[in-house]
Amino acid sequence: MSVTHDARVSVRTATGVQRPGLRAWPGIDNPAAWIVAIILLIMPLIANGFFLIEIFATTLILGTIALSLMFLAGYGGMVSLMQLTIAGFAAYMVAVFGTSDNANISLGWPWWLAVPMALALATAFGTLGGALAVRTEGIYTIMITLAIGAAFYYFTNQNWAIFNGHTGINNVGTPRFWGINWRADIPFYYIVLGVAALCYFAVEYISRAPFGLALQGVRDNPRRMAALGFNVNAHRVAAYAFASFVAALAGVLQVWNYRQISPGSVSVGACIDILIIAIVGGITRPVGPYIGALIFVLLRTFALDFLVKIGLDGNRFRLLIGLGFLAIVFWSSDGVIGLWQRWRQRATPTRPIGRSGQRSGQGSGHG
Amino acid sequence: MLKGSVGLIALSSLLLSGAAMAQEKIKVGVTATLEGTYTVLGEDGIRGHQTALNVLGKKVGDKELEFIIASTDATPDSAVRAVRKLIEQDKVQILLSPLSGDEGIAVKNFAKTHPELTFINAASGAQETTYVDPAPNFFRYNMDGAQWQVGLGKYAYETKGYRKIATVGEDYSFIYTQVFGLVLEFCGMGGQVTNRQWVPLGTKDFASVIAALPDDVDAIYLGLGGADAVNFLNQYQQAGGKAHLMGGSIMIDQTILSSKGNAKNALIGTLAASGQADTWEDPGWQKFVKDYQDAFPPNKRFPSPSLLATNYYGSTMALILGLRAVNGDLSDNQSKFKTALAKLEIDAPNGKIKLDSNRQAIGTNFVTEVVDDGKGALFSKVVKVIPNVNQTLGYDPAVFAKIGLPSRTVPECKKY
Repeated sequence: MSVTHDARVSVRTATGVQRPGLRAWPGIDNPAAWIVAIILLIMPLIANGFFLIEIFATTLILGTIALSLMFLAGYGGMVSLMQLTIAGFAAYMVAVFGTSDNANISLGWPWWLAVPMALALATAFGTLGGALAVRTEGIYTIMITLAIGAAFYYFTNQNWAIFNGHTGINNVGTPRFWGINWRADIPFYYIVLGVAALCYFAVEYISRAPFGLALQGVRDNPRRMAALGFNVNAHRVAAYAFASFVAALAGVLQVWNYRQISPGSVSVGACIDILIIAIVGGITRPVGPYIGALIFVLLRTFALDFLVKIGLDGNRFRLLIGLGFLAIVFWSSDGVIGLWQRWRQRATPTRPIGRSGQRSGQGSGHG
Repeated sequence: MLKGSVGLIALSSLLLSGAAMAQEKIKVGVTATLEGTYTVLGEDGIRGHQTALNVLGKKVGDKELEFIIASTDATPDSAVRAVRKLIEQDKVQILLSPLSGDEGIAVKNFAKTHPELTFINAASGAQETTYVDPAPNFFRYNMDGAQWQVGLGKYAYETKGYRKIATVGEDYSFIYTQVFGLVLEFCGMGGQVTNRQWVPLGTKDFASVIAALPDDVDAIYLGLGGADAVNFLNQYQQAGGKAHLMGGSIMIDQTILSSKGNAKNALIGTLAASGQADTWEDPGWQKFVKDYQDAFPPNKRFPSPSLLATNYYGSTMALILGLRAVNGDLSDNQSKFKTALAKLEIDAPNGKIKLDSNRQAIGTNFVTEVVDDGKGALFSKVVKVIPNVNQTLGYDPAVFAKIGLPSRTVPECKKY
């Protein structure tokens, strides 16, 4: 806590100058954003249970985990591969403190106690991991966070007392109150949408709040920020704490979604999937991870069917997924967002490039 | 911008039309491990499934069966994801799933949230799946891992004269169940299991495991499968290992015996037990082997069907025979179909199979020894056939319940 507080205090000195130019929300004047928002809101009218939950809710959950990575990588310059691990940790904690079929493990707390507990523990876990990782930079951060992810995976795989080993924890309880089963498709979709929107806007807000600006300063030139009197490491740890909380929220949703958690969900491969989602979508803007997640979920779900349908060997569907990602990253180093922005610039060549153009240019430098 | 939003709307209407298609046929979802450590097992399972369709046909009354295959990677989460996709997107009414032990436990639990559908286990063999809190709509026509080890401990003790053994196994429910069956019988005879090593599923480097193998034992039991088993054998041979080996049901199986390279030769003479034996002379088995061989060109199959092919064949057979018994009638939440399945007795290639009150198979088990056929191909040769093996392995249910559920340390090595 004191860390966050520190960060805020130290930022206050620098805010007065930068704030006015960046106060407006992007997209508030953008009809496409409104259309997407409306479509998301009325989605239960358009899509049936499968598309609603397996595609869109899953996209929003994975997108939120990737959003926490985007926040760290895009604004903080820290590529953390443990975001899924934090989400998985929160999911496990919900299963351990809440109810499940494994009565010898689960403590049977009601969800409104189990969830805050899980969120608090997962945030603490991620903050601690972050505190370890901030002492390093670049590839060493990746390695430390990957090591944390891998260690957690092997630990869950072999620990039977708390994590129930490879079998994992089955039939995890989901919330029911006010006479509504909140895991039924439509209520659950709205919970997921609500949480995802909350996280999205929180990241948007923080990115232009004093703390976020200082964080971007730390990303671009830590030495200068330190000379200006900012506590660089405290900012980074605070960023990890916030990102951990976002990832933990998504983790709670994930365990409610599948009602089950097992080591496969926190495997090293799954950790890297989150990185792929963020990179494919683009880590320069908060919307990127959600786009990446949608592409990822669609490919993962339909690649096998698609290959079989066009008469090819379905066993090679991983190849199709890999080629898809390769193609996106090859043509655009800053993901789908970069493609989109370049396409818009080309479509309107005479118009002077506005703020979004600058952002993309600035973003691609570290994308 | 406008173009973009029009595109989005077009996309969503496309999704909608795809999902709202009418249902004329009986749709069956199948899952197999087509990814990860157990890929070869999953592929052969699907071959067994297709062999059954070749033999039995895809028609029930005037209804056509449609099969939709989804891939998993032996982790429970992948199985639940695949099953949910099949139910919610493809609208399947019956599931033939899953392949691997922990997947089975997860799918059984999931089955309870869809009491109106029918789940037929494809090949998974963890004991807990049908023994603890079974789902009323989950049927298993293959035996569990412990049943597949019946006869092995006794044969090793009496005929081979082994007194002390150590085990190496993958760290998950199916192998626990296998070791459970072995230890119960071997220790019941008076043998000793001195050391049980567990390795995570998907282990590539077995150096530390091999170094820790005790050398004061008569034999080492291997409960590994798929890529793990091949990796272990390669490294074991390179390390100069010479111990007598015993094998679990997916270790001594065509998925390993017909792997490339000569590491598998370490297995010649290995004692094993399983729900099938490659060289069994029963005409039903021989016919199945021939059907399997005829269905696929030699380079796209194993010389002889693996245990997974046999299990998928058996479960597909039960599915089709069950549907025929009710003439494809799935009305009233499939209640007639479920009743028919519970009563069904199938003449599977690996012997007669019927279900107990937990809808768990009672079947025939085989003790085998690995032989070289003279042309470099390895097969499991029958040395003993044990009919009517039930889930409590012949123990009184009350005594059996006291032993506890299979885990790393259960059962203890003693006579129960």
